[in-house]
Amino acid sequence: MRVAVIRFPGSNCDQDAFHSVKDDLGLDAAYVWHEDHSLSGFDAVFVPGGFSYGDYLRCGAMASRAPIMEEVRRFADEGRPVIGACNGFQVLCEAGLLPGALLLNAGQKFLCKDVYLRAENRTSMWTRGVDKILRIPIAHGEGRYVADEDAVKRLEDSGQIAFRYVDSAGEATDEANVNGSAHSIAGVLNEGGNVLGLMPHPERASRALLGSVDGLQILNALKLVASNR
Amino acid sequence: MTTVRVYVTLKPSLLDSAGRTVAQSLGKLGYSELQEVRIGKLIELKLETYDEARVKEMCNKLLANPVIEDYRIEVAP
Repeated sequence: MRVAVIRFPGSNCDQDAFHSVKDDLGLDAAYVWHEDHSLSGFDAVFVPGGFSYGDYLRCGAMASRAPIMEEVRRFADEGRPVIGACNGFQVLCEAGLLPGALLLNAGQKFLCKDVYLRAENRTSMWTRGVDKILRIPIAHGEGRYVADEDAVKRLEDSGQIAFRYVDSAGEATDEANVNGSAHSIAGVLNEGGNVLGLMPHPERASRALLGSVDGLQILNALKLVASNR
Repeated sequence: MTTVRVYVTLKPSLLDSAGRTVAQSLGKLGYSELQEVRIGKLIELKLETYDEARVKEMCNKLLANPVIEDYRIEVAP
């Protein structure tokens, strides 16, 4: 299992992603520059967080049109695992690999703190076997997930809502919905379940020293995929 | 050369939280008649030749995100 960590100008969670995969999961990882055209030799893709292209125009807009994204699209279409966290989620939405979009937090502020997530899907490639409630940090100014009501209903019906923001008791309250996302959505899957986008940072919750290992439960999917090959 | 202005605005159904903040500030400055502020983008393009279809293509491919935004093209006189 070799994981590609995509790097755009302005990515800043690339090293966290790299080390969570390499050191915490014990899998092989390598950086791939956004202008590259090949994912040959890779088995999974991690689109990391940051501020690709300075968040100019819209978060993830320019990055989603970078040369490597054509390859990421092909990779995803083949049913292979792709994860995007934070800016990576924004990039995957802008690329059309995931439905919806991310807007400025309803409360305007940049939020950097631990949140509780409720796993709404625990059967997909990415969410198989994760605990019902996870504690993982967020760090974003533009994480308010939006999609029209029909789209949200389709997501709900097809089990594509991966995670919701909840309180410590697992309730999706208004207070727990930190950024004002539609239906408290924190992460979504594509139809095939092989592409996951989420605003929280699993790579920042990958060892006890970081305060939580719950993120590793999600990233562990990479290990399961590797062992099934 | 033709100057084209593309106005990109958030869909009316979506909360413009930056606009809301500006509205609150204007309210504090005493503009009590204010009901809403919505903030959009003005993107100015200078083109050697103007082809509406191609500018629309630019909007759909990159300048606007149809999931959250509307756009309007205006050719400068």
